[in-house]
Amino acid sequence: MLSHLRTLWTVLTHTFTRKDTVEYPETMPYMAPRYRGRIVLTRDPDGEERCVACNLCAAVCPVDCIALQKTETDDGRWYPEFFRINFSRCIMCGMCEEACPTYAIQLIPDFELAEYRRSNMVYEKSHLLIDGVGKYPDYSFWQVAGKAIHGKDKGEAERESAPVNVRSLLP
Amino acid sequence: MANETLQLLMIVPVLAGAFVGALLLVWWERRLLGFWQDRLGPNRLGPFGILQSVADAIKMFTKDDWVPPFSDRVVFTLAPTAAVAGMLMGFAVVPFAPGLVIVDLNIGVLFFLAMTSLAVYSVLLGGLASNNKYSLLGGLRSAAQMVTYEVFMGLSIMGVVMLAGSFNLSAIVEAQRSVWFAVPQALGLVVFLIAGIAEAHRLPFDLPEAEHELTAGFHTEYSGMKFGLIMVGEYLAVILTSAMTVTLFLGGWLGPEFLPPLVWFTLKTTLLICFFVLLRASLPRPRYDQLMAFGWKVLLPITLLNLLVTGALALWWRDGGVPVG
Repeated sequence: MLSHLRTLWTVLTHTFTRKDTVEYPETMPYMAPRYRGRIVLTRDPDGEERCVACNLCAAVCPVDCIALQKTETDDGRWYPEFFRINFSRCIMCGMCEEACPTYAIQLIPDFELAEYRRSNMVYEKSHLLIDGVGKYPDYSFWQVAGKAIHGKDKGEAERESAPVNVRSLLP
Repeated sequence: MANETLQLLMIVPVLAGAFVGALLLVWWERRLLGFWQDRLGPNRLGPFGILQSVADAIKMFTKDDWVPPFSDRVVFTLAPTAAVAGMLMGFAVVPFAPGLVIVDLNIGVLFFLAMTSLAVYSVLLGGLASNNKYSLLGGLRSAAQMVTYEVFMGLSIMGVVMLAGSFNLSAIVEAQRSVWFAVPQALGLVVFLIAGIAEAHRLPFDLPEAEHELTAGFHTEYSGMKFGLIMVGEYLAVILTSAMTVTLFLGGWLGPEFLPPLVWFTLKTTLLICFFVLLRASLPRPRYDQLMAFGWKVLLPITLLNLLVTGALALWWRDGGVPVG
C-alpha cells in the first residue's frame, strides 16, 4: 500500500521534470557526425570524382539498391557512366561506405528523404555527387594509386618509388 | 409547469457538456499521461492539441464499421449503446449547482447505482455477442468484477445516506455544509473511489480489456463508431464517477464564496479526473484472482465495518446521547 502511494507521488513529480521529446520539425535533433543517413558521392581535393566504378559497393549492398556502369576517360581514369541508388530500398547500413576503396561513397547525417512519388526515391549520379570531399579532406585516390593516368606516370604517386627494371643486373 | 419545462431544457446543456467533456478527456488524458512519462503528448492540432479529439472522432466515423459474420448481430450492435445510454442517464440526477439538476429525484443515489449497473450490460453482452474467445473471457471477467464491486459501491454510499438522512443528492450536498463527508466517511470515500474505478473498468482495474492478455477484451471485435461509443461510454463513466464522488463526499458545489457553485463543482470534478488518470499512469494491473480476493476479503469487511460504526454513531446522536467519557 505504501509503495503504491510512493509510486503515485513519484509519477506526480514527473509533471515538472524536463520532457525528453524533441519537437522535430521545429527543433532539429542532434545528429552525430557519423550518423548513417543519405548517401553521397564525394570528390577529390582537385574537384574530380573519387568513384572509380569498382562495383564493390553494389556487390556488398545487402538490398541491391546500387547500380552503376564503369567507363573510362581518355587519360585512363575510371569513372561511373551512371550511378543510381534506389533509396526506397536502401537500409542505411553503411556497408557501401566500408567497402569503398576510394572513400567516394559516404553516408551523411541527413535523414529527410521523404518523397510524395516513389520514383523520386531513385537518385541518379547528378543527385548523389556533391562538390566537397566529405569526411576525408586530403585523400586523393589517383595520387596514391599505382595506376598510370595521363599526367602521372608509374612511380610518380605519393610514397611510390620509381619502377625497377627487373632485367637489369645493376644494383 | 413552466419550471418543469425549464428543468427539462437542462438536458441540452448537460448532454452537450457530457459529450464535450468526454471528448476533451480523451485528449487531456493523453496529454497528462504524456507529461507523467516525460513526453509532451498530443500538442499539434489546435491550441495545445485540443482538437486532437476532433481528429480522432473524424477518423472513427470514416473507418470501416465491420460486424463479424459469426457474431450475434442485433446484440452486437445494441451493446455499445447501453454503455453510453446508461452513463448519460446517470447524469440526470447529478446536482451541478443549487437547482441546476435535470430531475431532483428523492432516490437519486439509487437511480445513479441502477444506471451505472445498466452500463455493465454493454460489456457483458458485447463480449458475449462477439463470439470470440477473448471477448468472452473479457465479458466473463467484467461480470465477476462488476458483481463484486457493485456490492460495496452501494454499501459504501449507505454511510453517507445515513449521515445525510436522505437519498436525494441535493440534500446530501446541503448536509455537507458544516463538514464534507470525506472526513467522517473517509473509508467510504476510499472504497467508493476504488469501486468507481472498477465500475468504469479503468486502469488499474481494466481486467475486462487487459490488452496484454486478452488482445482488447470485450471490444476486440468492435470497430468504427461502435468502438468509439464504447470509448465515449468509458470516459463518460470516468466523469460521472468523479462527479458522484464530489457530490457524495467532497461537498458537491459547496466552496468559498468567491467562485460560483458551478465552478467549484467543475473544479473538484476535474481534479478528481486528473487523479483517475494519475492512477492509470502509475499503478500496475492486479491479477484476476487478486482483484476478486481484494474485493471480497478486504473491501467488503471494511465497508461493513464502516457501515456498522456509522450506523451506531448515527443512532447515538439521534437519541441525543452524549459521547462516552
